Amino acid sequence: MSFSQREKLTYAFLLGFGILGPILFPAYTFQIAVLWIMVLFAQTWDTMGGQMGYNSLGNIFFFGTGMYICAITQVGMFYDVGVYTAAHGADKAVFTDTQYYIGLGVGLLLAALGSAFLAAILGWTVFGLRGPYFAIGTLAIALSAGELIGAWEWVGGGGGIALPVYPGSGDGKSEFFYVLCFASAIATFAFLKWLYTTRFGLALNAIRDDEDKAEAMGVHTLRHKTVAWTISAFFLGITGGLFGNMTGFIEPLEVAFPTITFGIFMVAMALLGGKGTLWGPVLGAILFHIIKETTWTYFLGWQWIALGVIIIVNVVFFQQGIMGYLEDKYPHWFGVEVEESNAIDDQAKEATQ
Amino acid sequence: MTNIIEVEGVSKSYGGVVANHKVSMEVPVGRITGLIGPNGSGKTTLFNSVVGYQPIDEGSIKFKGQEISKMNVQQIARLGLLRTFQQTRIYGNMNGVQNMLISVSHRNAAFLDMFKPYPAEMKDKAEHLLEFVGLYQKRKLSAGDLSFGQQKLLEFAMALMNDPEVLLLDEPTAGINPTLINGLLDRLHRANTEFGITLFVIEHNMRVVMNLADNIYCLAHGELLAHGTPDEIQNDQRVIDAYLGAH
Ligand SMILES: Nc1ncnc2c1ncn2[C@@H]1O[C@H](COP(=O)(O)OP(=O)(O)O)[C@@H](O)[C@H]1O
Ligand SMILES: [Mg+2]
Repeated sequence: MSFSQREKLTYAFLLGFGILGPILFPAYTFQIAVLWIMVLFAQTWDTMGGQMGYNSLGNIFFFGTGMYICAITQVGMFYDVGVYTAAHGADKAVFTDTQYYIGLGVGLLLAALGSAFLAAILGWTVFGLRGPYFAIGTLAIALSAGELIGAWEWVGGGGGIALPVYPGSGDGKSEFFYVLCFASAIATFAFLKWLYTTRFGLALNAIRDDEDKAEAMGVHTLRHKTVAWTISAFFLGITGGLFGNMTGFIEPLEVAFPTITFGIFMVAMALLGGKGTLWGPVLGAILFHIIKETTWTYFLGWQWIALGVIIIVNVVFFQQGIMGYLEDKYPHWFGVEVEESNAIDDQAKEATQ
Repeated sequence: MTNIIEVEGVSKSYGGVVANHKVSMEVPVGRITGLIGPNGSGKTTLFNSVVGYQPIDEGSIKFKGQEISKMNVQQIARLGLLRTFQQTRIYGNMNGVQNMLISVSHRNAAFLDMFKPYPAEMKDKAEHLLEFVGLYQKRKLSAGDLSFGQQKLLEFAMALMNDPEVLLLDEPTAGINPTLINGLLDRLHRANTEFGITLFVIEHNMRVVMNLADNIYCLAHGELLAHGTPDEIQNDQRVIDAYLGAH
C-alpha cells in the first residue's frame, strides 16, 4: 500500500467515523464533539510545541479568551452585558432565533480574531523567553487571565455567565455543535497540512532545530514565531467559543482557563501521538480521549493516576510519540524515500576517486 | 581596490578577558582574506562582532560603507554578510534539501512570502549546490545523521544557497578528513571565482591558509600582530614566534 493510499484510507475512516458516529451512537454525540475539540487542542498546540519547539503551557489562554469574547458578543449585541451578568440569568433575557444565530456567528468570528490579536501582542513579550522560561511565562499568562476574569464583575466575575439558550431541542443542540466542532477540526487540519508544506513550515522546523542558526541565516524568527502563535490562537479562539456554547454556562477557572486539565491535556495528547508530525496530534488526541473516558467510566478514582502513568511512560520512555516512532521505523509508509543504494553509491564514488 | 568590510579600532572584553583590543582590518571585495592566530587569540570573537552576534565595546564596523556595529544578527545576515560556525550548525532533524531551502535569502522577503511554496528553480538550485559539495546522494537523510565533515560541507552549501556577498568561514577545514581538505579548498576557491563571493576565512591550518588566501591577518592575544601576503606572513618572525610560543 502506498503512502497516498494509506492516507486516503485514514481520511475515509475518520470522515466515516465523524459522520456515522453520532448517527449510530446518538447518546455519545456530545462526547464525540469533545473528541474533536481535543483534536483541535492537540493540533494547535503542536504548531508551536511540536513544529517550532516552543512548549507553551498557556495556550489554554486563547481558548478561554475566545470563549469569553464569543459569550460577551452574543449577549452584548442585544443586551447590556453588565445588567445581564448582574442578574445571573434571573432576568430572563430572551434571544430570538435570528439573534441567536447572528450572535453566535459574529461571536465565533470575533473570538478567533480577538484571540489571534492577543497572541500577536503577547508574542512581542514572551518570545524573548526560551525553553522552560517560555513554558512558565505562558503558564503565568493563562493563570493570571483566569484570576483577572474572576475579578471582573462586568463579565460575570467568578460567578460566570449563562450563554444564550439554543433555540431548539437538546438533541438538536448536540447535533448542531457537533457539526461545528467536526468542521472546525477538519478546517484546522486542512489549514495546517497546507501550512506545513509552505516556506513557513520549514521556518518553524528550523527555529525548532537551531534558532541561533536561523537568526544567523537572516530568517525573520520573531515574525514566524508570532504568526505561528497567532494561528494557534485563531483556531483555539473558535474552539473556546464553541465549547462555551456547548456547556451553556461558563466561568473562569474550571471552564474557560482550566490550565491543569485541558491546558495540560493539549501537551500530553500531542506528545503521545508524536509532536512535530501532522497526524501525531490527531492520533494522540483520539487515543487520549478514549483512554480518559474509559478510565473515567470504569476506574473512577484511579483516572488521574492512569493518565499520570501514561504521561510519564510517554515522556520518559517514548518521547517521539507514536507517529514519531513509526516515521523513524517505517519511513516508506510516509512517502519518505531514503535511497537504498546510498552505501553503494558512496563506495562507487570512492572507488573512482 | 575597495574594501567591503572595514573594522576599525574594535575592542571586546568578556568580564576581565580582553578578547579583542583595538583591532583594525579590511576585507577587500571579491578576494579571499585569511585570519590566523593561535587558539584563544580572539579570531572567533572578531567574527562574532562583525556579524552582530554581540555588542562591541568600542570601534566601528562597516559593511559596504554602512555602519553595522549596532545592527542585530538577522539584519546583518539579510544585508548579505553571512557566517558559518566553528561548531558546525545545521538543522539536525531536517533533511539536506530542507536545510538548503530554508537557507534561501530572506533579504527581500515580503510578509506574505512566508506562505509561498518553494518554486522548482529553488529546489533545482538546492540540489545543484548539494551536488557541488558532494552531498547529493545524502540529500534525503536527516542532516543530524551526517558525519561531522559532511555537516560542515552542508553548512557551507547552505551559506552558498543564501547568495551572500561576503561569507565569513570559521575554521572550515577543522575536523575534516585530511584527504578531503583539497576538495574543500577547491570549492572555496570556486565559491570565490565562480559565484563571486568575498571570503573571510579563519583558519588554524597554516598550509591551508597559505593556499587559500591572497592576504592574511594574524591575531595574537587579541591584538593585530601582522598583515601581509602569504609569503610575507610565512616569513614574519613575530608570526612564527606567536605560533611557536603557543605550543
Ligand atoms: N562568550 C565568551 N565568554 C567569555 N569568554 C570568552 C567568550 N568567547 C571567547 N572568550 C574568550 O576570549 C578569548 C578569545 O576567544 P576566541 O575568540 O574564541 O579565540 P579563537 O577563535 O582565536 O580561538 C579566549 O580567551 C576565550 O576564552
Ligand atoms: Mg575560534
